Amino acid sequence: MIEPKMDNPDEIAIKERGDYTGAKMGMWIFLFTEVLFFGVLFLLYSVFRSRYALDFHASAKELDIFFGTANTAILLTSSLTMALSIALVRKGKKGLSILCQSVTIVLGIIFLINKYVEWGAHISSGIYPHSALLEQMSRGKVIFFSLYYVMTGLHGLHVLIGICVITGTLVFTAREIINREDFVKLENTGLYWHFVDIIWIYLFPLFYLIT
Amino acid sequence: MTSAGDRAATQPSFYHTKGKYSGILSWILSTDHKRIGIMYLAAILTFFLIGVTLGLMMRINLISPGRFITAKTYNRLFSLHGVIQIFLFIIPGIPASLGNFFLPILIGAKDVAFPRINLMSWWLYMIGGGIVVLSIFTGGGAPDTGWTFYAPYSIRTTTNISLALCGVILLGFSSIFTGLNFITTIHRLRAPGMGYFRMPLFIWSLYATAWTQVLATPVIAITLMLVILERFFAIGFFEPALGGDPLLYEHLFWMYSHPAVYIMILPAMGVVSEIFPTFAKRTVFGYRAIAFSSLAIAFVGYLVWGHHMFTSGMSDFARVIFSLITFMVAVPTGVKVFNWLATLYKGSIQLDSPLLFSLSFIFLFSIAGLTGLTIGSLSLNLYLHGTYFIVGHFHYTMFGGAAFGFFAGIHYWFPKMTGRMFNERAAKTAWFFMFIGFNILYFTMFILGLQGMPRRYFQYLPQFRTNHIISTVGSWILAVGLIIMFGNLIRAIFKGKKAGMNPWGGKTLEWQIPSPPPAENFETIPVIEHGPYKYD
Repeated sequence: MIEPKMDNPDEIAIKERGDYTGAKMGMWIFLFTEVLFFGVLFLLYSVFRSRYALDFHASAKELDIFFGTANTAILLTSSLTMALSIALVRKGKKGLSILCQSVTIVLGIIFLINKYVEWGAHISSGIYPHSALLEQMSRGKVIFFSLYYVMTGLHGLHVLIGICVITGTLVFTAREIINREDFVKLENTGLYWHFVDIIWIYLFPLFYLIT
Repeated sequence: MTSAGDRAATQPSFYHTKGKYSGILSWILSTDHKRIGIMYLAAILTFFLIGVTLGLMMRINLISPGRFITAKTYNRLFSLHGVIQIFLFIIPGIPASLGNFFLPILIGAKDVAFPRINLMSWWLYMIGGGIVVLSIFTGGGAPDTGWTFYAPYSIRTTTNISLALCGVILLGFSSIFTGLNFITTIHRLRAPGMGYFRMPLFIWSLYATAWTQVLATPVIAITLMLVILERFFAIGFFEPALGGDPLLYEHLFWMYSHPAVYIMILPAMGVVSEIFPTFAKRTVFGYRAIAFSSLAIAFVGYLVWGHHMFTSGMSDFARVIFSLITFMVAVPTGVKVFNWLATLYKGSIQLDSPLLFSLSFIFLFSIAGLTGLTIGSLSLNLYLHGTYFIVGHFHYTMFGGAAFGFFAGIHYWFPKMTGRMFNERAAKTAWFFMFIGFNILYFTMFILGLQGMPRRYFQYLPQFRTNHIISTVGSWILAVGLIIMFGNLIRAIFKGKKAGMNPWGGKTLEWQIPSPPPAENFETIPVIEHGPYKYD
């Protein structure tokens, strides 16, 4: 967490834009809202799981644990490269930081490709919301797969947004708008990326490991 | 102070400061919090007038149901009236307009913490508002679900729900970013010497509001997205036929929408907390009590959403708890009311229009609060929940509370925002019509409700007719008041007398700079040495 010096306002000079602590604070508040955003879905998940425990158990078996595990590893690695890129910028190693950011982007894309293949397999086997096959199954299964699509879909959307933002910081780093003195944009992007990572850490067991 | 004023008078006002762009672009691409505040104010009041018109049409129908509009149209009218007044007028209302304009000035800053995000919020608001309006004319036509979009009807109806919800979601993001911006601004940009307990009380109320915006709005954004997904992909979370549960929708909806009530009312409480000291020429009584009660209201407000659902199906235990916590909201609210009254006590009162609006705020909001206790108690709620009593209570809170506070603020700060003074006599006349019309319009609804008139009904039994007619006549008197008020203010923008720096004799920072303020607000950032309301 950040430690804004809130108790001693005299120390807070009137800084215009470029206030480091302010920028970090804004980002943390934004992440609070993201937590709530996903929180609603986790709430729905808990309600329905307690209501349809057996169906959830059975449905989870139909998910491919290989994809889930692979994606977990990919995202965790991408978080590492993201964190490295920040450390490198702070040491003034621009080239290496750009490399790390590029690796992060590539890993993000691989994550999405995996997701695409995984979703594609489900959809071609006839399991998607409102499909004839799913409609015949038990209510718990319908809800499980709806939750699966909505939650991983929303998470995937966040990964996609993250990739776009990191592409932006990549350009900024190359142009030295992000440099060893002023790196808060990259740091905030890193916070966002770790948040996306953490959401996945919860999604993975909730969907793949509850069998 | 005179010399400072003379020097300051040579600075051009923010209206005359050339930015990067000119013409209309100098407004819609401006990151100046004052310009953004003015744009919000114009947009919000425009939407307010649209909402009022829809409301008047509903009242006209209720004189003689079916003669002027059909039942179908009536359903759409009350839905749109709700959506526009709630999401486009009263939620952004004070924080986005007056808050944007005065928050940085009142804490001695040059702008908000993230000026570009501030501009983005305004754009999101305009696009969201535009989409809501567009949903009336396209697709299956205006929504007919009521402003609450209750599932499963909102999933099944053929009207243009999806588009309207998209608009509301964008409005939600606008609200989140405004909140985020304000919190950071208050933490980071206070002038040297301005400790937390030297901030004007309006800032405290904006602070509490901003946290509520940030911590409640995401819940409704995702919930409404799920309704859209339900409509397109039948995901089934709120659809009983697919194993979902409509009650979950109600919970999630009110988890936001009850705190939203405090997003609406807290800033109005902040506005009147500024007005009372200025017009009583006394420092505010119980500064800390008012400041902390804002936070207390915001906090307790999170825990009471269940009282909207006493008749929806909930365990008795949950209902008793929700009812109990609901009563607790009355405590910090009462603290505020008594502190305001104590501020007036032995003051040298100057009864100008901002104070009149503020006093009627206390009166109307007290009725709202007390009837809130009535329907907060379980046994009475079961009887009154589906009736006009709720409509009356709600409008006393939102219109009598939030909107009267808003009008008080507009009158109070009008000379600062425009540099000109409105006609005081016309303002008082407008207030008189509004106050009388308001009470005739909405107090009648309490009586109708107790008699058993169900809300949202197009038709009614003959015994309710007289009261409905009285209520409708009240709406016309209220409309006359609104016309006088807006006419007076618009005329004053062009023809009002020059207001000068400090027409009311206020002590807070905005009155120490020229009207209208220069682009950078302060020539030199002030150093704060005492509390905000220092009267000798």
